[in-house]
Amino acid sequence: MPSTTPTQGLTGNDRAPLSQRRFKMPEIKNDKDLGAMIKVTIDDHEIEVPFGTTILEAARHLNIKIPTLCYHEDLCVAGVCRICVVELEGQRTLQAACAYPVTGPIKVSTYSPKVRKARRHNLDLMLKHHYGECYSCVRNNNCELQTLAKEYGVDFYRFGHVDQPHHEIDRSSYSVVRDMNKCILCRRCVRTCIDLQEVGVLEAINRGPHTEIATFNEMPLGDVVCINCGQCINRCPVGALRAKDPSDEIWAAIDDPKKHVIIQTAPSPRAAIGECFGLPPGTSVTRQLNTALRRAGFDKVFDTNFTADLTIMEEATELLIRLKKALVDKDTSVRLPQFTSCSPGWVKFCEHFYPEFTDYLSSCKSPQQMFGALLKTWYAERAKIDPKDIVTVALMPCSAKKFECNRPEMTSSGFKDVDYGLTSRELAQMIMETGLDLPNLPPSDFDDPVGEASGAGLIFGATGGVMEAALRTAVEVVTGVKTEDIFKNLDITPIRGFEGVRYYEIPIEKTAPVPALLQKALGVKTFDFLKGATLKVAVAHGTANARRVMEDIKAGGKFSEAHFVEFMACPGGCLGGGGQPIPTSPEIREARAKAIYAEDAGLEVRKSHENKHVVDLYKEFLTDGPCGHKSHHLLHTHYLKRGKRIV
Amino acid sequence: MSRHKTDLVIFSEILVEQALKKALARERADLINEVRDSGLKGRGGAGFPTGTKWNLAGAAQGERKFVVCNADEGEPGTFKDRVLLTDYAEQLIAGMVLAGYCIGAREGIIYLRGEYEYMMRGLQETLSSMRERHLLGKDIAGRKGFEFDIHIHLGSGAYVCGEETALIESLEGHRGEPRNRPPFPVTTGYLGCPTAVNNVETFITALHIVEKGADWFKKFGTGKSTGTKLFSVSGDCAKPGVYEFPMGISVANLLKEVGGENAKAVQVGGASGRCVARHEFASTIAYEDVPTGGSIIVFGPHRNMLQVAKNFMEFFLEESCGQCTPCRYGTETLLEGIKMLEQKKCPMKYLRELMALGETMQVSSKCGLGQSAPNAFISIMQNFKHEILAHPQGQ
Repeated sequence: MPSTTPTQGLTGNDRAPLSQRRFKMPEIKNDKDLGAMIKVTIDDHEIEVPFGTTILEAARHLNIKIPTLCYHEDLCVAGVCRICVVELEGQRTLQAACAYPVTGPIKVSTYSPKVRKARRHNLDLMLKHHYGECYSCVRNNNCELQTLAKEYGVDFYRFGHVDQPHHEIDRSSYSVVRDMNKCILCRRCVRTCIDLQEVGVLEAINRGPHTEIATFNEMPLGDVVCINCGQCINRCPVGALRAKDPSDEIWAAIDDPKKHVIIQTAPSPRAAIGECFGLPPGTSVTRQLNTALRRAGFDKVFDTNFTADLTIMEEATELLIRLKKALVDKDTSVRLPQFTSCSPGWVKFCEHFYPEFTDYLSSCKSPQQMFGALLKTWYAERAKIDPKDIVTVALMPCSAKKFECNRPEMTSSGFKDVDYGLTSRELAQMIMETGLDLPNLPPSDFDDPVGEASGAGLIFGATGGVMEAALRTAVEVVTGVKTEDIFKNLDITPIRGFEGVRYYEIPIEKTAPVPALLQKALGVKTFDFLKGATLKVAVAHGTANARRVMEDIKAGGKFSEAHFVEFMACPGGCLGGGGQPIPTSPEIREARAKAIYAEDAGLEVRKSHENKHVVDLYKEFLTDGPCGHKSHHLLHTHYLKRGKRIV
Repeated sequence: MSRHKTDLVIFSEILVEQALKKALARERADLINEVRDSGLKGRGGAGFPTGTKWNLAGAAQGERKFVVCNADEGEPGTFKDRVLLTDYAEQLIAGMVLAGYCIGAREGIIYLRGEYEYMMRGLQETLSSMRERHLLGKDIAGRKGFEFDIHIHLGSGAYVCGEETALIESLEGHRGEPRNRPPFPVTTGYLGCPTAVNNVETFITALHIVEKGADWFKKFGTGKSTGTKLFSVSGDCAKPGVYEFPMGISVANLLKEVGGENAKAVQVGGASGRCVARHEFASTIAYEDVPTGGSIIVFGPHRNMLQVAKNFMEFFLEESCGQCTPCRYGTETLLEGIKMLEQKKCPMKYLRELMALGETMQVSSKCGLGQSAPNAFISIMQNFKHEILAHPQGQ
């Protein structure tokens, strides 16, 4: 199994054409070998770099800025925009700094007259076909083309400017809006979809000036195998791709005095939304955000982590039931490993590309949907509000959540359980509209009756977090040993980090009696059936890595013997979601992860089963326990075997 | 088309079977040196030294290596490979075997232009016949342990696939788009393996060189451009057809040979080449002066040069792969400029801007197609400014 980091994982797969893949230069192992280190002179600064380093990388080491556009740290190299061109001494043509590997001593000029003229011309040519006004663009002030135009002093459209849209805006998807009038054909979305995510719904069609990015057979995005992960949005340099924004409807609900508008906030947006207000990545603004949301007019602000904790209770119970059925009842219809189901991008990926595996998915809804179902039943009852007057909004790092809340089966409360999925970017926009200064607002707590949740729910935001949360509970329940006595500080570090695929085994030496809460669901009194067993778990993030694991499972490899696998559609997990602030990079995602883990470390309650609100919920409302009748009705779902056939 | 054969190099007598036997009895290094000494440069137009290419591909590490024949003859005005593929296929295949032997490849591919599908049968027959005679397959020409075979891959009609990395992409089943270079195909080519991509004429010429010696070859041509070259001559001349001339022939002499003395301009090197005007007819056709892949288009005195430029630009707009910005939109912008000139609506200032854009395309496009797309436009504007701007341009 390749164990790869998100960026390294890009180089080795078979999907992307070589023209768009970063080549690996032959490696020179020993630094002392002749030719291993090469002297590069960039604008009179000298540096020695390893053989195969690109000019762009060398320049960055020297703190020399070379403008880029089609280049993205997460993606393979295309070298197509020709903005990063530089002049090499003795060469007639300019070279793309992002794509040119250093294989011998060279002298580079990054802003010679020839270079400046070429960049300006190429920019002018892009602007010629970039339709739209900056004022009315979602990416105004956060647009790479706009920035370049400013940097290169574009003061008129040298080669003209398109004054009519030529493409209809594709709004067919619940999650992603495509406005190809703004597309500058950098193909980052294509590389994201084919190479980073290995989904492959976008590709270039036609040639020359007629080239455009299209879906299969130019079908609407809503009708193809798009998983709505929105990673293409995060990497689009302009406003050609954006999430479907529900903020107008949400404002209307807020402004309607009859409506009781509730927002639940997921952990990842809280660790990232500050970036939209000028804070450095990795600044958590959870409690300031609570204040902002209340002042913006939301009637209640709840913590999605509450239902994350609930998800752990349900999902861990489901896993134990599967294990018991397999081991005690020898039931051969039981599907293992159990797959997590809280990432709607992953769920749709599985439905399309591995439909024969949908029974492996946990039947648990995602925390977002569990919350929605509870708000319009349990909460409505308690608060004595007619559920038809409740409007539920979910602040998510995710574009696929918009699709998820619109799935027809997500109506178990009798209403649409979650009315709107709102991304971090869209909420930032809403807050800006109020003029609230988010970073400097006084902090405040979440609303009761669910209040503060556990740290286990919080770390759902990072890849490996769901697994860690599940283990914190499952290990303790099954063995009777406090998890913190096994893992120092309750940090299950082997499954943390950004390696694309991770695998971990925990031997179960001791077993405990089954807690009363679970006895009904499990039908046994002790966990003796797990004595001496080894619990095998795995984590994969980014659907390219998910594919690796799925192919291994199909082939009967190591991962087919796992019991529980966490899959997240987005690189880095939710913190790298398609609804998060733009830009994204490995460093930014790492900073967000740090913020999430730091917040967890500072919490008193860090295990889902110790969340007293969850315990109370099972006492008061879900009285037949996890995976009981009522929970099945409200908190569990089923899946479609979509396959790749599209209508 | 008429073939004006000479007995200089390519059309000189050769006994393929014997030549191959003799060659394969020699050491690889010896053969590569022979080709290198001859100064043979790629006959497709780019002019990369063939011996060096083979040496690099030979030295590259790789379990599998490939020899690819670029028979995607798509440059407007070239048809010399058509003659070679139909009448001299055996020499071509022997040349590919030779290259395979030199670089250590066991597999060869002929990437045949889509429009040449009709040649498939003939080529397949030649391949079969050579297999039967042990000139392909295992233990070729008595050389124990040397194995090489060839298959034909039909292109789909994209001009850009004549660019070697786009050709390789196409071979792999992808959209025909050029790759970033380096790394070059000699180290990372078809399926990531070391690959030598050469033109049809190059393989045949190399076979002759190995048989007859580098010194014999160097007797023709100039110091920097050795040997002879095939030319596809068309347009306003008395005797169009395929010619073999020594490198370094002047445009004037060439025109005399083909009966086009009264030409007002000659497009050397096809659409991607340069338009040579009458006052430059003394220049020579050689890598160091006016290079060519073999296309010579003669324009008589009655031709409207703006229309010539327009025709070429339309061609490039159609054939640009659309990958990189300067080529994708530059071709279109230049064509729009030509249309403005036609309507006498192109201000001088804008024309200068277009010329500068042409230079940007030449230096910043990703591949040779985009880099050469503005050549015809620029040279025609420079050489026929007076004709094109005869009437004042409005604002």
